[in-house]
Amino acid sequence: MPAVLIAVVVSLPLAYLLLRSLGAGGETWDLLFRSRTLDILGRTVVLVIAVTVVSVAISLPLAWLINRTDLPFRRVWLVLTMLPLVIPSYVAGLVIVTALGPRGMLQQVLAAPFGVERLPEIYGFPGAMLAIFLVSYPYVLLTLHASMRGLDPSLEEASRSLGHGPWDTFRRITLPQLRPAIAAGGLLVALYTLKDFGAVSLLRYETFTWAIYLQYQTSFDRMAAAALSLVLVVVAVIILVTEVRTRGRSQYHRSTVGVARPPACTRLGRWRWPALGFCAMIVLVALIMPISVLSYWLVRGVSAGEPLNVVWSSALNSGYVSGLAAAATVVAALPVAILAVRYSGRISALLERVSYVGFALPGIVIALALVFFGANYATPIYQTMGLLILAYVIMFLPQAVGPIRSSLLQVSRRVEEAARSLGRSPLQVLATVTLPLVRPGILAGAALVFLTTMKELPATLILSPIGFKTLATSIWSATSEGFFARAAVPALLLILVSSVPMALLVMRERRGQS
Amino acid sequence: MRKRILGLGSLLMMLAIVVSACGQAATSQTLTVYSGRSEELVGPIIDQFSKATGIKVQVRYGSTSELAATILEEGRNSPADIFFAQDPGGLGALAHLFAPIPDTILGQVEPRFRSPYGKWVGISGRARVVVYNTQDLSEADLPDDIWGFTDPKWKGRIGWAPSNGSFQGMVTAMRVLWGEEKTKQWLLGIKAVNPKMYPKNTPIVAAVGAGEIDVGFPNHYYLFRFLEEQGESFPARNYYLRDGGPGAVILVAGAGILETSQNKEDAERFLEFMLSLVAQQYFAGQTFEYPVVEGVTTHPLLKPLSEISSPEIDMADMADLKGTLKLLRETGVLP
Repeated sequence: MPAVLIAVVVSLPLAYLLLRSLGAGGETWDLLFRSRTLDILGRTVVLVIAVTVVSVAISLPLAWLINRTDLPFRRVWLVLTMLPLVIPSYVAGLVIVTALGPRGMLQQVLAAPFGVERLPEIYGFPGAMLAIFLVSYPYVLLTLHASMRGLDPSLEEASRSLGHGPWDTFRRITLPQLRPAIAAGGLLVALYTLKDFGAVSLLRYETFTWAIYLQYQTSFDRMAAAALSLVLVVVAVIILVTEVRTRGRSQYHRSTVGVARPPACTRLGRWRWPALGFCAMIVLVALIMPISVLSYWLVRGVSAGEPLNVVWSSALNSGYVSGLAAAATVVAALPVAILAVRYSGRISALLERVSYVGFALPGIVIALALVFFGANYATPIYQTMGLLILAYVIMFLPQAVGPIRSSLLQVSRRVEEAARSLGRSPLQVLATVTLPLVRPGILAGAALVFLTTMKELPATLILSPIGFKTLATSIWSATSEGFFARAAVPALLLILVSSVPMALLVMRERRGQS
Repeated sequence: MRKRILGLGSLLMMLAIVVSACGQAATSQTLTVYSGRSEELVGPIIDQFSKATGIKVQVRYGSTSELAATILEEGRNSPADIFFAQDPGGLGALAHLFAPIPDTILGQVEPRFRSPYGKWVGISGRARVVVYNTQDLSEADLPDDIWGFTDPKWKGRIGWAPSNGSFQGMVTAMRVLWGEEKTKQWLLGIKAVNPKMYPKNTPIVAAVGAGEIDVGFPNHYYLFRFLEEQGESFPARNYYLRDGGPGAVILVAGAGILETSQNKEDAERFLEFMLSLVAQQYFAGQTFEYPVVEGVTTHPLLKPLSEISSPEIDMADMADLKGTLKLLRETGVLP
């Protein structure tokens, strides 16, 4: 079974952590069982809950507006609102400090007319929450988007014909149907928040991952870092169990036979302007603000005589590995998702859940696990493109499993059975029936993996073929030394280069629908 | 239908490319450097080394701590010949994996800039300084020595980065010069005036320039990047503590040769080149660092090493990173 193989590969980091924790001395365990640890754990949980709730609360109306209404330029809004996912979290952190810091750009603007001396402190919880929200809400948005496209309109129509109003129908019919998608997207946001380091360190909110990085940074102590990472795994498992509870056990596929129809489109009427304002607000904060700050760095640097270097080869490399990662991850995710939905049982459920562990761990942990196994047991492929892509698959698998699973739930098993009874082989059914039907999920998953690979840093730095540069490594290299102008070019390029495949994807989607 | 199969086919093709890419292994005749110093800073001088010697160099850039962990995980199979680290802490963590460096190389450098056991050698120096906002303060407002910042008048005005290797180097210097008790009192004293904690040096200088905080404790050279990008009007400057002491200690970035290296000869030439006048002049002129050998003129914006009242500390005493971390945890500065 390919799924078993995938599960084994995906659990490599876990094996590595167990191995390393065994080497941890008594000091480490003392470190672990202190009140400060509990305190940090508490802060982490608060942040995870807050970011997840806000992401769902913003993404749900956004996805609905984009999918189910006559909002103008819906596809443009979709591309613009999913792009923030490509911004590395430490860049988002720097942007927020520069723009909204106590003496940041906003304060400068407000200083003259209103005499604002200092803005309220952005550091700590509010800043960290904002930064992580901005780079992770697209997880919910894209998962929901894929799911809304596969909804069966007949249920809603039945509800309306039975006299329920539009709001009532949404609450009682549509929302429950979206539960798996909300849960899957929320899960990705929650786990992402758990493992983020860049934003929390710059905005000074101490989380568990921050404590893990501190072990590597300060004491070069891999054992202690591994022991702390295992605690992170436990938290992740609790989140994973919670998600299984929220996703529910109902059926989500089309109730009737017949050709899939696009669902009815709500006319916004006079609500059009507030709706546009809502989308514009999100794009303003999540995309325009970072782009403005980056452009400001660029202009400031160039006017001070900084040379302007556009490194197209890095952009090409980024696009290339991200494309490969997206393809490989989707291929790996399909058996996991199919197994979990079609052959649901304890083992398949466990397999699917295990695939999330790699996503919940900080990138450096995954990278070091693969360094350990790669350098010592797979020397020929160590630091080659193959191992790098494998690292991406381990890290990003759930980003494809989630949306594909949500989409697959909307496909009735009977359709596949019908195809089988008409003489198609299982593989033919997969290629001609199942895959086309779960296409929205596959595309959403591929988009998520593509965007996150574009910005991935720790594994790219350590595991890539030597001398391989991406946009993400160029940005990091420049910002870590305080060369903000030099970082601005690859950062802007990162957003620009990512927008092209995303726009193509969204355009393809339309063709698929008609 | 045909399109679908094509789509699936192209997916498989991509996978095939990935798999075939696995076959290409790195060649062994080139020199492999793991550099915790960024490409922006050392890339140009490494290129010069290649041109001057004809030795091909491959560099893996990353953060000092993550690359140190990588080499530790790689163990005997590490492809690295040289580890070029940002701070002595990173070099110390790998000291047991380094091959001894010949005395001809070590001898070029003052003892305070190299490993006491001949395991690694300093390549450029960086001074610990106080960076201050010039709109709110002048040098006259600043205390003579770093102890002075424990005064309550600095409440909420200080930025520091206790997780940073250079900061920890400074604390180790404090322990050597002041002893454990006084160092502890200083840490608690600063903690009492509510310093803002930053992840590293760059954001400290940025925050001082923005007026978010009035003073910070970084290394000296970060300021010059900001001056380069934002011009002379950037409202922050370095202050070298008048009375010297641990707050003005000079730390080094340096490199060591891995015991497992198959290419030690070229690796030694690399270190020799980095200590040559050409390379030392590059560091002093282009990256605003201090040379570790005699006879190099520093950048005009830099206060020369001879004018800084920096304490003389034996490198052997600076090795105890563990003790420093213990103190930082005991005082609650680090979790």
